[in-house]
Amino acid sequence: MVGEDKAMASRTLDIPTVIGNRVLDGASHVGRLAYFTLDMIRGLAEVRIWWPRALTEAWNIGVGSLFIVLLISSFAGAVTALQTGYQFTGNIPYYVVGTLVVSSIVLELGPVLTALILAGRIGARYAAELGTMRVTEQIDALESLGRSPSSHLVVPRVVAGLIMIPTLTILANVTGILAGWWSVKLVLPVTNADFTYGAQSYWRPWDAWYSVIKSFFFAGSITIISCYMGFSTQQGAEGVGKSTTGAVVSSSVLILLLDTILTRILLNQ
Amino acid sequence: MIELRGVKKRFGSQVVLDGVDFDVKEGETVALMGPSGCGKSVLLKHIIGLIKPDAGTVVVDEKEVAHLKRKELAELRSHIGYVFQNGALFDSMDVKENIRLGITDEDKYKDAEYVEGRVLQCLGLVNLQPEVALKYPAELSGGMRKRVGIARAIAGDPKYLLYDEPTSGLDPVNADIIDELVQRLARELHVTGVMVTHDVRGAFRVADRLALLTGGKIVMQGTPKEFHASQHPKVKEFLERDFDNPSFAA
Repeated sequence: MVGEDKAMASRTLDIPTVIGNRVLDGASHVGRLAYFTLDMIRGLAEVRIWWPRALTEAWNIGVGSLFIVLLISSFAGAVTALQTGYQFTGNIPYYVVGTLVVSSIVLELGPVLTALILAGRIGARYAAELGTMRVTEQIDALESLGRSPSSHLVVPRVVAGLIMIPTLTILANVTGILAGWWSVKLVLPVTNADFTYGAQSYWRPWDAWYSVIKSFFFAGSITIISCYMGFSTQQGAEGVGKSTTGAVVSSSVLILLLDTILTRILLNQ
Repeated sequence: MIELRGVKKRFGSQVVLDGVDFDVKEGETVALMGPSGCGKSVLLKHIIGLIKPDAGTVVVDEKEVAHLKRKELAELRSHIGYVFQNGALFDSMDVKENIRLGITDEDKYKDAEYVEGRVLQCLGLVNLQPEVALKYPAELSGGMRKRVGIARAIAGDPKYLLYDEPTSGLDPVNADIIDELVQRLARELHVTGVMVTHDVRGAFRVADRLALLTGGKIVMQGTPKEFHASQHPKVKEFLERDFDNPSFAA
């Protein structure tokens, strides 16, 4: 019992130390991430190196992610439409379903769901690839050959993400709206004219821009965070696992945080 | 000429290098020995600027590595070939592309004809067949990966070659092949070499001079003869098991 009490007391005393270490650790990550991003911006100068790799990477992540993005956005669109129909049946005109489906998909579900899916898919892939390269000294090897790991490994991945994630978001928006339209017609007496009237009534072109701008920010956060986590990997296979999990969790949290901030700024709400 | 003076490095609370003084003169091959985890690879990485010292200086060709700007460091690295412990080959590229990355002169790097010839020449220097050029690292054995790592390191025609445990994990036959290769490259390419190893037998065969790193310090630097004659307790302790080994005595 005495031993347990001592252990408990030492744990209690350690709490400020633990918090202090966490804060220092967080601050050090922010500093290193800033330096990493600066290094990446410097790497942009070597277009000849990163452009061909960026195209290959864009093709890989675009084609590889297309099916899952379209599948999930279809279901999101269909469920949004069905729930809207269920909640508003008999109370308000049917064309409102069109308004709600388009707004929900374009403003929120399309960009956020796509980003969260890709944080898992692309984020995990980037962190695992670069983490493995770190622990097998491939990144050190590149540096030792006088070549910039940033322009060879980071910039192509970030540029590919910045091209493909907004593109996939646009496709997800279109698919989600079409799936919502189709599914609401199956269960409610909504005509095409009702749906398009509702969709057009409250539509603002800015909404589409807002969706794409958000997806750019999400793309930047997924790719930069994942590459950073991969580059910071330590301690073999366990370290690669930690980096991969860390990349997915950090970029998902950042997506939700950015979603709130961008909504406040871009929609002035 | 490589000179390390009072180099200190710690990772967290662990002191790895505690005031290391180490010299390598032009044209010689120095074997840096020491037990596993004593900081040999960390020291080697200081020479090429992959790790910066907490204190002390690392000077290569009269340039202090830690103070070099990005371009100056890249320029310095173009004269240094680094052979990594497990090859560190880029697994998404075939052997030819791996070796091509070692060509540090940008004009030669872009010249397809030169690249073709240089890749085959480097493969020949490490006793590998031309067909290996088209293979991927995953298709190679451990010994072949190390040799491709050496081929990549020499592709840029370096002045210095740094070997990080080139024989670790290899059977004695393959280890001997790598040792002979290190000797031959020093002879034919006139490179200055630093070989990190805990293989005492190989170190005595290959090196002009030896250095023993233990407890964060270089406890002795000297010729193989001087090491044999040394009464330093750390040197004796480190060498004892291999002196008793018949293959070493031979």
